[in-house]
Amino acid sequence: MLIDPDTRSDAMTEPTASTAPAAATPSPTRTAPSDRTTASWAGPLAVFVAFIAFWYAAPYLFFSGREWLLPPPHDVINVGFIEGMSFGQLWALVKMVVSDVVPFWSIDPGLDTSVVFVANAEATWLSAKVALTGLGAAIVLGSGLAMAMSQAKWIEKAFYPYLIALQAVPILALVPLIGSIWGFGFFSRMLVCVIIAFFPIVANTLFGLLSAKKSHHELFALHGASRGTRLRKLMVPAALPAMFTGLRIAAGLSVVGAIVGDFFFRRGDPGLGSLLDKYFARIAQEELFAAIIMSAALGIGVFAFFGWLRSRVIGKWHSETGVG
Amino acid sequence: MADSSQGRIDLTDKPALTFDGVDMVFPDGTHALAEVSFDIRPGEFVTVVGPSGCGKSTLLRIASGLETESGGAVQVDRSNIGFVFQDATLLDWRTVQDNVELFAELHDVPKDERADRALRAIETVGLAGFEGHYPQALSGGMRMRASIARSLMMEPPVFLFDEPFGALDEITREKLQTELIRLFMDNGFAGLFITHSITEAVYLSTRVLVMSSRPGRITADIEVPFDYPRSPELRFDPAFAELSGRVSRELRDAH
Repeated sequence: MLIDPDTRSDAMTEPTASTAPAAATPSPTRTAPSDRTTASWAGPLAVFVAFIAFWYAAPYLFFSGREWLLPPPHDVINVGFIEGMSFGQLWALVKMVVSDVVPFWSIDPGLDTSVVFVANAEATWLSAKVALTGLGAAIVLGSGLAMAMSQAKWIEKAFYPYLIALQAVPILALVPLIGSIWGFGFFSRMLVCVIIAFFPIVANTLFGLLSAKKSHHELFALHGASRGTRLRKLMVPAALPAMFTGLRIAAGLSVVGAIVGDFFFRRGDPGLGSLLDKYFARIAQEELFAAIIMSAALGIGVFAFFGWLRSRVIGKWHSETGVG
Repeated sequence: MADSSQGRIDLTDKPALTFDGVDMVFPDGTHALAEVSFDIRPGEFVTVVGPSGCGKSTLLRIASGLETESGGAVQVDRSNIGFVFQDATLLDWRTVQDNVELFAELHDVPKDERADRALRAIETVGLAGFEGHYPQALSGGMRMRASIARSLMMEPPVFLFDEPFGALDEITREKLQTELIRLFMDNGFAGLFITHSITEAVYLSTRVLVMSSRPGRITADIEVPFDYPRSPELRFDPAFAELSGRVSRELRDAH
């Protein structure tokens, strides 16, 4: 047997007592004193206050005579988020999201799109759907391709030039082509997001898959592990930190892709892009600012979601500062 | 596996590892090993000392099957071989427990048995209480312990070590040397340990092989007569110093 139970509990256990406490508290920064947590919101708050003050002052400083170009924040909030809103419409927005998310259950939520916030929220939701579906497809296709490329150098070499080419072509150059082939509906918009999000996902996943050290591979080889086992138990987990980096970039890009694609397709259901265009054409500044805030919120929301997911999945063993 | 009560060194045993005129020339023409012959019996702990770049690690990689010799023959049962790398090579995303279980997992050992054996190996190397920690939270010494536990739980009859303590500080290294001796006494494996520290070689092993610089040859095979268990004080014993001096002279001659 491995260990004789009688000889087990001697000398071996003593030295650890001295090494243990030092290593058991690896994160002194997380239990930071309270003045640090104060500073963590005081700074951003100060900048926010300064920003709002600047916003109020700017029209008089820079656009005198055309103050309407930059409506004051309270007008934006009022027009874009409060005016015409009722609990009924809020509930209708919830129903819109739920009926889209739950499969085989479709209802007419009864949205009143003459209310600015309802129109903006509907468009945001539409763009979010486009961005997230596109991102999802890019993740599946991109990590699949990266895994294939990680298995043989020749596969990697065969695909890489085209990935670079795909990355190099400005997405706007492809939009008319996509539109003329697949029309102006959901699929085309989603495709724009897939194309724009594809490269960062493939590149980062591949980088991550190849980041497993040679000695780690040998560890598996010594115990007769198959290619599949090695991919599953070594390469994919080793790739996760890089994959999340790629994902965060790709998520941001797919939101941009959804809005930009929409901006150019114009036809079809109005997403944020069409809406921004419409407000711009009507010189509806309050509405325009409100829609910009919504699109920023969408971008921040997606970014925050993947940050949260990242810390859920790999936060326990991988810190961004890289202790290990 | 033999334990101390059965008598550790039985020279009538068949060798657990045999190198017979092993030659190694890499495709780029590097002549790493020339005519290397030795054997290790169960209950023997053999260290190989030599200047850096002399092919010590190549020797170990051939023994483990990671490289194939270009001439001569190696006899060893590779179905279960312990290999401790220079760095701990723990998987960051696995806790200590899951890291230690890795090899058993690759050999499809049932989950309950695996967990059981891992827990005992973790206790043996003095990491009890750290089962749930991730490698990032461990010191270098503790990582190396976990790495040793990972191989130990497979109860390998042949245990290969590739300068495992080279990167550790002096104090941790001495501590781990003492513990390695204990593991060796309790488990009776045939050990092959690569190092460039003469003190480490003499302190740990039953035999020291001295290697010349490239192409690596075994130029001396020195018996180390000290009884186990060896106390840390042995390092200051005149007999120890004399033997270390001999190894050191052999090394200089071989160079």
